[in-house]
Amino acid sequence: MTRKRRRLTLALLALSALAVATALVLNAFQDSIVFFRSPSDVVERKVPAASRFRLGGLVEEGSVRRLDGEATTGGRRSAAVAFRVTDLKHSVEVRFTGILPDLFREGQGVVAEGRLGGDGVFEATEVLAKHDETYMPPEVADALKRAGRWQEEGPKSQGGGK
Amino acid sequence: MIAEIGLYALVLALVVSLVQATLPLIGAARRIPEWVALAAWTAPAQLVFIAVAFGALTYAYVVSDFSLLNVAANSHSAKPMIYKVSGVWGNHEGSLVLWVLILALFGAAVAGFGSNLPVAFRARVLAVQAWIAVGFLAFILFTSNPFLRLDPPPADGRGLNPLLQDIGLALHPPFLYLGYVGFSITFSFAIAALIEGKVDAAWARWVRPWTLAAWSFLTLGIALGSWWAYYELGWGGWWYWDPVENSSFMPWLVGTALLHSAVVVEKRDALKTWTVLLAIITFAFSLLGTFLVRSGVLTSVHAFATDPARGIFILGLIVVYVGGALFLYAARAQALAGGGLFAPISREGALVLNNLLLTTAAATVLLGTLYPLFVDLFELGKISVGPPYFNATFVPLMIPMLVALGIGPMLAWKRGDLGGALARLTAAFAAAAAVALATLALAWGTGAVLAALAMALAAWLVVGALSELAERTRLFRAGAGESWRRLKGLPRSALGMTLAHLGVGILVAGMTGSLAWTAEDIRVMRPGERVAVADYDLELLGVREGVMGPNYRATRAGFAVSRAGAPVAVLEPEKRFYLVEERPTTEAAILTTWRGDLYAVIGDPDGKGGWVVRLYYKPMILWIWAGAALMALAGALSLSDRRLRVGAPTRARRRRGAEAPARA
Repeated sequence: MTRKRRRLTLALLALSALAVATALVLNAFQDSIVFFRSPSDVVERKVPAASRFRLGGLVEEGSVRRLDGEATTGGRRSAAVAFRVTDLKHSVEVRFTGILPDLFREGQGVVAEGRLGGDGVFEATEVLAKHDETYMPPEVADALKRAGRWQEEGPKSQGGGK
Repeated sequence: MIAEIGLYALVLALVVSLVQATLPLIGAARRIPEWVALAAWTAPAQLVFIAVAFGALTYAYVVSDFSLLNVAANSHSAKPMIYKVSGVWGNHEGSLVLWVLILALFGAAVAGFGSNLPVAFRARVLAVQAWIAVGFLAFILFTSNPFLRLDPPPADGRGLNPLLQDIGLALHPPFLYLGYVGFSITFSFAIAALIEGKVDAAWARWVRPWTLAAWSFLTLGIALGSWWAYYELGWGGWWYWDPVENSSFMPWLVGTALLHSAVVVEKRDALKTWTVLLAIITFAFSLLGTFLVRSGVLTSVHAFATDPARGIFILGLIVVYVGGALFLYAARAQALAGGGLFAPISREGALVLNNLLLTTAAATVLLGTLYPLFVDLFELGKISVGPPYFNATFVPLMIPMLVALGIGPMLAWKRGDLGGALARLTAAFAAAAAVALATLALAWGTGAVLAALAMALAAWLVVGALSELAERTRLFRAGAGESWRRLKGLPRSALGMTLAHLGVGILVAGMTGSLAWTAEDIRVMRPGERVAVADYDLELLGVREGVMGPNYRATRAGFAVSRAGAPVAVLEPEKRFYLVEERPTTEAAILTTWRGDLYAVIGDPDGKGGWVVRLYYKPMILWIWAGAALMALAGALSLSDRRLRVGAPTRARRRRGAEAPARA
């Protein structure tokens, strides 16, 4: 095999790898990108139905409650909780089954991932915590800013991470 | 006083680096032997100065000197000693001092062990290395001084993020940095080769051990980080495709490609320009990882107080180093015309395929990691790219790669015989088919087909690697004594390859098992209640509150675990509240066996005498760590191959006959 033909084979191989990768990426971008939405977006119906998205804002004060009820199915007590996420303009009810993150607090920033149910309740499959007490997820800060409820506050956190 | 000595030592290190970055380079170009020889002294001097600085900072942490801002912000007098020490690199400034310490360590190692390198070439390598040191020392001194004083000093420190007060995280950064920064050496070798316009088999012989060392450390560092996330975060996952994980994974992918292409340069004198490019890209990814993690553009446990000046400084360093390197590459690459020809079906061809797939995979990971940043930058909305993206792009690219991984080592150099290679893999085919059928029969359900295919792939890799070893030692064909002799005569780098590929197979099995057959239960339990998870029975014995640790207060649950009626263990998950930092953390309790892990987490009380608990059974998790450890070990084994320590290629020395043992 001549040098030229070897080059050609390599180039074709590289191009086909690239083509396959591009196809995979485009396909993945189509249905696996998760948009970030604020409670106002949800209330103002800017969110496409049945899409998976991230809802961010503050956990509304006094809104966290357990949905346990006595022994639901087969002697099993459910670990479902509900709370409301707010951008201080609108708020959305969120339902979640599981252990809330260690730093989940009322009045603090939170990001939940899931879908909007038919009853307007956000069914979260994941609730994300911040890693730092004084830290506000930028998406949440952004949502509050857009709702016109953001004020710069407190000293910046220092250190506190790896 | 000691802190001032540390700061002064850093300044001296910067001065020494500036000398090392310039004079030896000029000396090598103008043939001034004294200037060239300088590098052999400045590199160890740099190490000494940075070690003094690192020692001074460590001392400040050990004695809890809160007059230092860095110590006050990240330590506390009540912290256990080991976490006082690991706290040195548990923050931005200190971790950068560790970064340059390791950089200097590698530079000094080249100066010390590189006596078989041509003097001018070594001087050039060390000069390039010093350029990197200059940039990062300046970064520390101008934006991230760890020795800033605080007046008046506070009575006590603010403590360290409790998530980081953990043995996994005490070890993860040093190993990760040994990997990241280790690739700076291959970068320096590549740049020095571009300056000289010469890449040959001897060059590959020098580059290989450094690549191997860096790669092994990076493998270990990533595995430690994954292990930590698994047991410390309490979510039971070991990989989240989090941008921070990706930024350590991308240099690993490209570094793995580099490791393989360097073999082709060494054995066949081909793929030279490509290998040099890979060396540059690998270190570029290391720098990008440092930028992503350190600049605060990503939000994670790694992100610190976001200071735009720092991000811009690192970005500037990336532009200078990578841009400069690529410019040099564009100007000089033609001079490195490749040698050995090979057919597409050959060992070289298989390694090219490996390189193509690894770099393409790295590119898809890069795209998924940076895309949200770009979207945000151009104000197109806020998005996140999570596991579904990576599962849909990375995984399909890895499947052909793993299939080819079994075949590649069976192919001959130059021109391989695919039919013959496949014929020698009959056992691997049979094993894969048997495992697939067994998986389908034993675990029929949703996703069983995918799981069966993945398990078949794992069996293919494991049996394929063993077949390759059997082939080399002529097991079953020659006598046992002869096979043993051949095994002993095998170069360690060949054994390393087999072991590493075996590790990949075990890793794939572990990942598949843990993903496909996880059993999970989340519920509210009261003391005395029982629950079954997989084939374990758990009884909540009780929950004790106010259990005191050295610097935390814990709520501790007790689960009596039994299997088939026989007691197995007591699991005690905790929810801790760290008193200084005023932060809660979750401490999972894990029962680890080769079959799988039983994983228990205790959550909040429901106010009616019950507690939220989360219980997992995760099959084969241990296989993941074992596979990764085997890969790192294989790297170390290859590294001990004496052929890698001689300068130019020499014929492998054979030891035959005389010392063959009688037993077998």
